Amino acid sequence: MADSGRNAGEGYALIAPALVVMGLALAAPLLLMTLTSLKSQQGLGFAHGWTLAQYGAVLGEASYRALFIRSVVISGLVTVVTVCLAYPMAYFVAFHTKRKFLWLLALTIPFWTSYLLRVFAWKIILGFDGVINSGLMRLHLISQPLGLLLYNPFAVVVTLAHAWAAFAILPIYVSLEKIDPALLEAASDLGDGAVRRFLRITLPLSLPGVIGAAVLIFVPTTGDYVTPALVGGTQGTMIANLIEVQFNGVGNWPLGAALSLVSMAMVAVIAGLFVTAARAARQAAR
Amino acid sequence: MKSRGLLLYAFAYLAFLYLPVLVLPIFSFNNSQFIAFPLSGFTTRWYAALASDTAMQHALGNSLRVAIVTALFSTIVGLTAARAITRYRLRGTKLALGFISLPLFIPDIVLALSLLLLMEATSFPLSLVAVAIGHLLICVPFALTVLIARFEGFDRNLEEASADLGEGEWMTFWRVTVPLMLPGIVASLLLTFITSFDEFLLAYFLSGTQATLPVYIWGQLRFPERLPMVLALGAIILTASVGLVILAEYVRNLGARKPMVGA
Repeated sequence: MADSGRNAGEGYALIAPALVVMGLALAAPLLLMTLTSLKSQQGLGFAHGWTLAQYGAVLGEASYRALFIRSVVISGLVTVVTVCLAYPMAYFVAFHTKRKFLWLLALTIPFWTSYLLRVFAWKIILGFDGVINSGLMRLHLISQPLGLLLYNPFAVVVTLAHAWAAFAILPIYVSLEKIDPALLEAASDLGDGAVRRFLRITLPLSLPGVIGAAVLIFVPTTGDYVTPALVGGTQGTMIANLIEVQFNGVGNWPLGAALSLVSMAMVAVIAGLFVTAARAARQAAR
Repeated sequence: MKSRGLLLYAFAYLAFLYLPVLVLPIFSFNNSQFIAFPLSGFTTRWYAALASDTAMQHALGNSLRVAIVTALFSTIVGLTAARAITRYRLRGTKLALGFISLPLFIPDIVLALSLLLLMEATSFPLSLVAVAIGHLLICVPFALTVLIARFEGFDRNLEEASADLGEGEWMTFWRVTVPLMLPGIVASLLLTFITSFDEFLLAYFLSGTQATLPVYIWGQLRFPERLPMVLALGAIILTASVGLVILAEYVRNLGARKPMVGA
């Protein structure tokens, strides 16, 4: 390390390619998107001059606001459901089995096929003549197919909770695995029951993993396009679907750009709160 | 008692994870174009249809090319950046790391559309090259995360020892650094390959007329009569990637069995 000062130039040269890639593929496009959001659509092109009209529309229009709120609520629900379902699973692998590797392999194999087809499989399962309905009909438990399974926010939550499960199981497992068994023994020796021990030792120590998982799931699901488009119906439409229409269908690129930037900012603020919470949790755990 | 309840839960959860995945192979062998129970007999005709579908094979070829290029580039870029971050004391490392990790915190739709704007503004043709640029954006942060962890995991004294024993910088790099980094490099290649191969949204906006496999699949989902064939395709992808993971794990274990200090 003593010679690292002398080689600083070499170090910067090594990191430069990554920075160039990010500059060209991230910074420049986002700058362009910001500029586009300050324009207004006129026919197939943009009108002259700059305007904040798009932001006024995005923040002012009630239907857009409702869609933003719905996107955050749905992916918030997805995050909570996914993490809560995954926690006992990760707990089991960390503390109650010797075949950890086999379990982790078994838990990740379902994620090694196309994301599109995993989402689409839920459409088959929940559909009007889908797996659940045809199965229940055959068992004579219902006489009419249940229509309420598909094309609603419920279907979106179930599908996303499945699609992102691995992103919850793995970080939570890692943080549980790190817990020193001596701490758990000490808690028991000092008279804590199983529940108290879990609430006072295990849960707080695994919190960084839980919050990490929450960020990993919340960010991409808020902007997910495929799942709402395939299983959401009109009641399950999310912000990405509205943005897509601006660029593909109706064609109002400045409005689409403003919607994109506002949703990006929204996700960043919420993810930032999560990360701050994670840092606080880690400090509290020390 | 409590442990048995947990075991039961674990199996129920496993069933939840596997239910949609099993739909693919089951209905890909079902002798009906309607995807509903009861099953109506065994057939391999959907696989036969797949074998004669040139558009699908073309899309598969496109996806493989993009994924291989993306995996190689993002791992190389990640490797140099990870080395700079872990081995040099540079000013602004944290800022650079934050900048490079930024795509992880931005929804894919925003990344896709901002790149689309750039391509339009610079008259860059929508193509597989455009898709690969987009995939590089989301794969470099993954590669960097994996590789930094690996660099931090191995003892840098080994490199210094090699230098002390008279090896030049390049020989040290090839004979000490690369072998020690190999598990990280393999993991990075695998992760970035799979990420690119499976990515839909960026490819959807940037591929133009050169559809990748996910874009092709998306187009097929609208046609009910094509669905069993698409499910057959999904079953093949699943089998192939499980095979790949098991192979990678086998290779990793081979490497681990060699006596390697600090690996």
